[in-house]
Amino acid sequence: MIQLHDFSIGYRGTFLIENAAATFPGGSLTALIGRNGTGKSTMLRAIAGLNRNYRGTITIDGTDTRTLTPAAMSRRLAIVTTRRIHIDNYSCRDVVAAGRAPYTNHIGLLSDDDMTIVDRAIEMTGVCNYSSRSIATLSDGEAQRVMVARAIAQQTPAIILDEPTSFLDLPSRRSLATLLRSLATDAGKCIIFSTHELDIALEFATHISLIDSNRIITLPTPQMIESRYIDRIFN
Amino acid sequence: MTPRQRLFFIITTTALILLAILDIGVGSTSIPVQDVIAVLTGGETDPITRTIIIDFRLLKAIVAIAAGAALSSSGLLMQTLFRNPLAGPYVLGISAGASLCVAILLLGAGMFPALQPITSTVGIAGAAWIGAAAVLTVIAILGQRVNDIMVILIIGMMLSSGIGAIVQILQYVSNEEALKNFVIWTMGSLGEVTRPQMIVLAAAVMAGLIIALATVKPLNLLMFGEDYAISMGLNIIRSRLLIFTATTLLAGTVTAFCGPIAFIGLAMPHLARSLVSTANHHILLPASILTGSTVMLACDIFSKLFVLPINAITSLIGIPIVIAVVLKR
Repeated sequence: MIQLHDFSIGYRGTFLIENAAATFPGGSLTALIGRNGTGKSTMLRAIAGLNRNYRGTITIDGTDTRTLTPAAMSRRLAIVTTRRIHIDNYSCRDVVAAGRAPYTNHIGLLSDDDMTIVDRAIEMTGVCNYSSRSIATLSDGEAQRVMVARAIAQQTPAIILDEPTSFLDLPSRRSLATLLRSLATDAGKCIIFSTHELDIALEFATHISLIDSNRIITLPTPQMIESRYIDRIFN
Repeated sequence: MTPRQRLFFIITTTALILLAILDIGVGSTSIPVQDVIAVLTGGETDPITRTIIIDFRLLKAIVAIAAGAALSSSGLLMQTLFRNPLAGPYVLGISAGASLCVAILLLGAGMFPALQPITSTVGIAGAAWIGAAAVLTVIAILGQRVNDIMVILIIGMMLSSGIGAIVQILQYVSNEEALKNFVIWTMGSLGEVTRPQMIVLAAAVMAGLIIALATVKPLNLLMFGEDYAISMGLNIIRSRLLIFTATTLLAGTVTAFCGPIAFIGLAMPHLARSLVSTANHHILLPASILTGSTVMLACDIFSKLFVLPINAITSLIGIPIVIAVVLKR
């Protein structure tokens, strides 16, 4: 479970989000929506511990993230950013295996258990066909899937994804959203993803979180539809 | 490990051993290969040949192997840390710092006779090492609060250029004899190392390589960029410090004893990368070390055969490799 208390963040004195509260329980898939520049990425980076310039507290399963070392944080939360990873001669399997870093020894060699977990993550995301290819040779959408597989291999109770569907074609979008949904509802993970695709958000997410005029409004998807908040903001 | 990578390690290890034997044989008096092998395996040979090999040639071959391994591995560390193919062991100003201290030693001593007692005890190697370590310490301190690695790269390059300007001033105002000594130092040399110095060099390079080995996991994560690396549990500041320490021990020490040797540190990681075709540092670091040592031995053999400064050879071999890499990208 991820919780934000009295949370404020912004740039140079202007707040994007001010004195907001939000709860994202385990087992939920939350779509974070809002117009461009409302602070979706900024908020996700703060939750991931990559931006500490905020006021208030963020907790993961009750622990204040400010008190966690990167090592401790990496066992609780995995991320997928919008950045395209381009490493020459680095196989997709090696990329997914990097997700095991929080658990491997100082040299970073994989145990048999690690290998099994990596294989399963590759299978779940449908990356099998190109797992031995270099990530640099993949299309943006394929590379995105590999990064999701890596986040799954990290085996964290929470995963944050910044616009994970933006590079994908329609069938891939739907299959990724289905995968995220089952990771949340079946495996009990707390998953938050930002998106501009309202149809995907409304169809697959259990909850919708909306940033509007410096506030965060989070509701279960059916109630969010009823509330007509979305219509007001996007029309 | 793929069959291709296994083949690479078998071939380079064999080449390293053969070139080492050849390197010991080549010199002002050439020694037949069978004599070299006889001495190294403890067989019967005449005492003069034995003395030349054990006391002189072997020493220099070890220096070449250590220098190649150190420069190539520290170059790889810098390339991955900065995610920049044009980074090398000197990108943060190690050679600039070393040059400054050696310049002060060689050029400044003439101007300030009072410094003489200090300079003669520290020696060229000591001065160069202090300079290299000082520059990296300054950058490490400045970089403590900086998360963006590009900022550190820029600071390093600017510091490097600034120090270069000071060295130029020193060169401009110094006398001809001192200037010649300094210019010869900048050309690099593997042959000036004495036995006690070789022990220090080998120990420092060994320590540096062990620390470099401990950076393999951080290096593999740093390729993803800082955000992903942190999210996978990497302590950025500590990893960076580890990498700086390894680089100081490796490139700093080699530069101290052999002068700034060009292009090995920049080109060899690229050569290794294309030969083993992986970016995984578990394979790439040992491959870079082996490639560096092997090519350095080959350069040393050329340099002895044609009596040319080692830097001229390493540049002529390194530059085409860098150009090939840039064209391939």
